Amino acid sequence: MLEKTGIPTDDDLKKIIPDKERLAKGPVVIIECFQKIPCDPCAISCKFGAIKPFKDINDLPQVDFNKCTGCGICISACPGLAIFVIDKNYSEKESLVKLPYEMLPLPEKGKEIYALDRAGKIVSKAKVVRVQKIKNKTNIISISVPKNMAMKVRSIKVEDKNQ
Amino acid sequence: MRETDIAIIGGGPAGLSAAIYAASLGAKITLIDDGLELGGQLIKQTHKFFGSDTQFAGIRGIEIAKKMIQEIERHKNIELITNATVTGYYEDEVITIIQGADGNIMKKLKAQRIIVATGASENMLPFINNDLPGVYGAGAVQTLMNLYGVVPGNNVLMVGAGNIGLIVSYQLLQAGIKVEAIVEALPKIGGYLVHASKIRRLGVPIYTSHSLKEVYGTDCVEKAVISEINKNFEFIPGTEKELEVDTICLAVGLSPLSDLLWQAGCQMKYVAELGGHVALRDDNMKSSLDNIYIAGDVAGIEEASSAILEGKIAGLNAAVSLGYRVDNFLELNINLRKELKGLRANPLSEKVKIGLEKALIKREVD
Repeated sequence: MLEKTGIPTDDDLKKIIPDKERLAKGPVVIIECFQKIPCDPCAISCKFGAIKPFKDINDLPQVDFNKCTGCGICISACPGLAIFVIDKNYSEKESLVKLPYEMLPLPEKGKEIYALDRAGKIVSKAKVVRVQKIKNKTNIISISVPKNMAMKVRSIKVEDKNQ
Repeated sequence: MRETDIAIIGGGPAGLSAAIYAASLGAKITLIDDGLELGGQLIKQTHKFFGSDTQFAGIRGIEIAKKMIQEIERHKNIELITNATVTGYYEDEVITIIQGADGNIMKKLKAQRIIVATGASENMLPFINNDLPGVYGAGAVQTLMNLYGVVPGNNVLMVGAGNIGLIVSYQLLQAGIKVEAIVEALPKIGGYLVHASKIRRLGVPIYTSHSLKEVYGTDCVEKAVISEINKNFEFIPGTEKELEVDTICLAVGLSPLSDLLWQAGCQMKYVAELGGHVALRDDNMKSSLDNIYIAGDVAGIEEASSAILEGKIAGLNAAVSLGYRVDNFLELNINLRKELKGLRANPLSEKVKIGLEKALIKREVD
């Protein structure tokens, strides 16, 4: 249970994951924000109106998945680091996961790293496809993972050569 | 003797915003802070803030502090007294200030209005060996790490899963320190769940309904024993776990630092929902005494975003009460109150709202 462990349950996730057809179409946002708190930067960051404007600052984000281009600008805008972009059909066997990352060192493009699930458990290996350095220091890392891992992988583990 | 229109005690988010707002109306401000630099706890906050886009949301605490301090510096009518502690308030509206590392400079200041924005102090937790080196408050850990670049230890047990416990755990991980676990006595995580999730997916377990039972060590912390607790907060025998840690970080709540308000003779009340003894106040953040206003954690433990708004309300009203003018004052005041109410319109703020109701002096003002 999310409130006890910090890990969203399948029931929590059901409410926010787009349907299969939309996932098959290409990159799309997944907002893992389940608690009403006063916070609205995601809706303001979205240039396509896909994250609907908030009526109340405490609203949960509502996404119009048909308007979402998967651009990922909201990933670094979210103060809670709760936003991801998934491209289910990145390649024949792999999906792409874009995630926010505020640790150092940053992973290197092309390198293989560990992919972690929502509990921080290593669930697969991943390849670093892109490292976007963002001005507000919430950098965006794109990794490719096996397709069945796209909805499980939410974090990465980078080996620090200096340690 | 030095004289000023408004003395603001405390240079955290509430005090800074009160100073900026009141100074923009033309009032002469003296801002007194005990830190070496202004900003209070904001300067240790490396995470992005929540709140509304119009109010610093998405900006890191340390950046918010920089912006506010720059604005303070632009106002010629704000005098700063830093590295200084206000030690007393007297009936003739004089406050005494002790300044310097040795505390050997004493100043007196006569102010027509005083805004007390002294913040809060950290709560301690009773457990065996809680005086061993390696037992820290979360504020001290943040000061060491984020102000001075010193790591507090290598393996940390965090006690408390409120926002401070969660945020400091994340900062420890960012500094390359292992957080072995977070224990929380309540059955639910108290802080924002997005903070909890981002730490959980970096591999840190969060144990709710658990507390710290005992710490072992000869000269410093070497081991901690945590245990499950029941509904009455009693340890359940047989549920103990040993953790190899050298650091205990306590994030078990804050209490308003209200000593000056007691001394001034403000009507005080114990309000558990606000963290302890607070001064009664009206909608304009004025205490039961006409010349004393309050803002921020001293008025009730909340977030920096609400402290900033309370500071604006206190600053605006204190300046107007001295005859400084601003166009559409009533509208401004009502809008600030609405914005503050908006921040609290979520289930997590229910407790605070109950507390605020208990601490409110109802006056027919509008």
